[in-house]
Amino acid sequence: MSDIAFVRTEILPQKAPPVAATGFIGWARENLFSGWFNSILTVLSLAVIFSVLSSILPWVFSPTWNGTSLANCREILTAAGSVGEHGTTGACWGVIRERWLQLMFGFYPSELYWRPILTFVMLFVALGPILFTDFVPSKLIWFSGLFPFIAAWLLWGGSIWNPLVALAGFAIGFGVFRYASTALGALAAIILAALVPILWWVFLAGPVASGLSSVIPLELETVQSRNFGGFMLSITIGVTAIICSLPLGIILALGRQSDLLIVKSLCVGFIEFIRGVPLITLLFVASTLLNIFMPPGTNFDIILRVLIMVTLFAAAYMAEVIRGGLAALPKGQYEGADSLGLDYWQAQRLVIMPQALKISIPGIVSTFIGVFKDTTLVSIIALLDPLGLSNAIRADANWNGIVWELYGFIALLFFVFCFSMSRYSMYLERKLTTDHH
Amino acid sequence: MTTLTDPPKESFRLSMLIYDTRYRSATIQVVAMLGFMLLAAWLINNTAQNLNALGKPIDFGFLGESAGYDINQRLIDYSSRSSHMRAAFVGLLNTLVVAVLGCLTATVLGIIIGVLRLSKNWLIARIMTVYVEMFRNVPVLLWIVFLMAILIETLPPPNAFRGENATATMVLSDSVAFTNRGVYVPEPLFSRSLGDLHLFGESAVRFDISLDLVVVLIALIGGIIGARMVKKRADRIQEATGDRPTTWYLVLGLIAVPTIIVMAALGFHLGYPALKGFNFQGGTHMRNSLIALWLALSLYTAAFIAENVRAGILAISKGQTEAAGALGLRPSRIMRLVVLPQALRVIIPPLISQYLNLTKNSSLAIAVGYMDITGTLGGITMNQTGRELECILMLMLVYLVISLTISFVMNWYNESVKLRER
Repeated sequence: MSDIAFVRTEILPQKAPPVAATGFIGWARENLFSGWFNSILTVLSLAVIFSVLSSILPWVFSPTWNGTSLANCREILTAAGSVGEHGTTGACWGVIRERWLQLMFGFYPSELYWRPILTFVMLFVALGPILFTDFVPSKLIWFSGLFPFIAAWLLWGGSIWNPLVALAGFAIGFGVFRYASTALGALAAIILAALVPILWWVFLAGPVASGLSSVIPLELETVQSRNFGGFMLSITIGVTAIICSLPLGIILALGRQSDLLIVKSLCVGFIEFIRGVPLITLLFVASTLLNIFMPPGTNFDIILRVLIMVTLFAAAYMAEVIRGGLAALPKGQYEGADSLGLDYWQAQRLVIMPQALKISIPGIVSTFIGVFKDTTLVSIIALLDPLGLSNAIRADANWNGIVWELYGFIALLFFVFCFSMSRYSMYLERKLTTDHH
Repeated sequence: MTTLTDPPKESFRLSMLIYDTRYRSATIQVVAMLGFMLLAAWLINNTAQNLNALGKPIDFGFLGESAGYDINQRLIDYSSRSSHMRAAFVGLLNTLVVAVLGCLTATVLGIIIGVLRLSKNWLIARIMTVYVEMFRNVPVLLWIVFLMAILIETLPPPNAFRGENATATMVLSDSVAFTNRGVYVPEPLFSRSLGDLHLFGESAVRFDISLDLVVVLIALIGGIIGARMVKKRADRIQEATGDRPTTWYLVLGLIAVPTIIVMAALGFHLGYPALKGFNFQGGTHMRNSLIALWLALSLYTAAFIAENVRAGILAISKGQTEAAGALGLRPSRIMRLVVLPQALRVIIPPLISQYLNLTKNSSLAIAVGYMDITGTLGGITMNQTGRELECILMLMLVYLVISLTISFVMNWYNESVKLRER
């Protein structure tokens, strides 16, 4: 017989973990103080954070919202008692209050501000069916297609017939394509569908538009391009370049991947040339050379010229991103599409592109962000984007000496735009994942 | 019985150019080529007509004329009487200086930040995330002008260093001065100098190379080669016997001693900047425009490089680290011998394109008045001579050559570290 005096028959209740391993203390021990080196790093970075915040926060929260000039701001700050050893310490937010409309719209006539605002709101309505396919009815895609023409009309004004006639070019191209593809075959239809609208825009659109507007005059007050400025200009250039560069980039990427030697070398040459030179040289081309390349007597708008060059620039980068997506597709996808009997364009449209574009979403969005940031370069060729305007504002006698407030405000707005774009791309990546985990 | 006959010999019809896949690709290519040539001819024709109308046919003669403007930050001799070509060359060297400096600091910073973003320390990782997002989402041009403003507004003027109760002092035992006109650092001088090597005679691209520097470099490189031979010998002995001879003092001696002897023989000393009159004299003067551009480009590009480094390290599967640990390697050796060599293959291609981006972004120097090639050839020279077409063509060509060279060299390096698959 064993002489066991006591045998426990039930399991003891679990003890609570030690205080030092749970809750905030446990987390901090694990993540902040897990060794002497980490502890030193943590203390050092806390000190850095404290010193940065303690110098920036009082500066940010300064009671100068109603200041009318830099001198006035300094008086307010002196009265409030925030005086350091090098004069007053505190931001002069009066400049933002007085000039923020200018930073937004440039020299756009103030009684017409509703037009860019309406365009901006409509931009989101138009983006809805593209960006958030889950929540927005897909019928709205028609509005997205019409939006560029409405936006151009609203922003620049003029006769409504100009955008309508331009739109008619696309309708004509589509009609020609539908008719010719049954009558003549796919290839001829594509060539015709590209040629006929161009002929329409070059030779017929102008007279037709002026004729129609003399019959039914329906127009908004015209706003000159030189009045465009501020974030309105950045967004106009950025969004246009983004929208136009995507199809152009797809075509260039397909050309670069194609077996046709001449087409391929033309595409490679274009892409490598554009990617090899800085955007600023292309903007110089826009501001000085593009008129020389056109037939004598042509003189078209500086914003249009910048738009063309920025679009070409973005398209080259977009092409490389999409080429990466195309190259990442397994060969079986191409062969599978061929074995289904799809022709080249059907295979691209139904099988290849949906997958390749999905793979390249992060790259596409970072190209978008890059293009949007690069719109600040137009200030170098004397367009009044926010950065260009900030120089003009600093030249004003009232605000001479203002630096941080303006740059901080502009940087904050750019940050908001670009950061939300990159978050959106993460959302899209998660949504489109079809991997099984 | 049926007789099989050959199908009737197909005669060539015009429609086969479109419908027959044997000919269609040729048709498309010919059409594309024709379209391209038509477009090119149209553009060239327009350009020729316009230039004729303006009365300035293409002519590069202006490059030999006197430039008439000054360049304050330069590596080689230049005066306002020098030619436009010379000014462009000064600008090109300035572009290369800021690009090389920027690439170096951006790489160092980017690697540190990228590794720290993966740190187990929560606070450090968060701070680095904030850094990366802050720099990636704000335009680089804004950072450049912002840093320029910081340098001008916050640093003391040179006269603050003067007098009994000076408000500013030089740092690093009176050798470096940070002023709002730029940074003054000591310059290397040789009292028994060998003189300079004059290259390219009197042409616009002439420049001098200090023979002292060449000799010192030769001594240093010779030392490094010797040190590598010592290491190889140690490797051989280790493979043969299992014991590795101690080599660190030999390596150190081979690298340091010849260089120090040569420098002493040439009379090496530092020339310190000193306040004379209204400004600092002596030493090397790095202007604020250069510092701002360099800092902004490095900080901005470092944020992108950090992301590439992080992605590269994350791409190495955990099994590699664990297997190396199972072999008994220490953590530092796991990083050096197992993780980094594999991560480098992932990191290098995007790193190349970041270097290219930095070089192209250095053209934004024009916003802060640093005279790089865009500021000289594409800026003042273009505005003075009115030769837009010639200047922009040359400018684009220069950048193309730089870009293609960088990508060629880096692709070659990439090829040499690539995984050899069988």
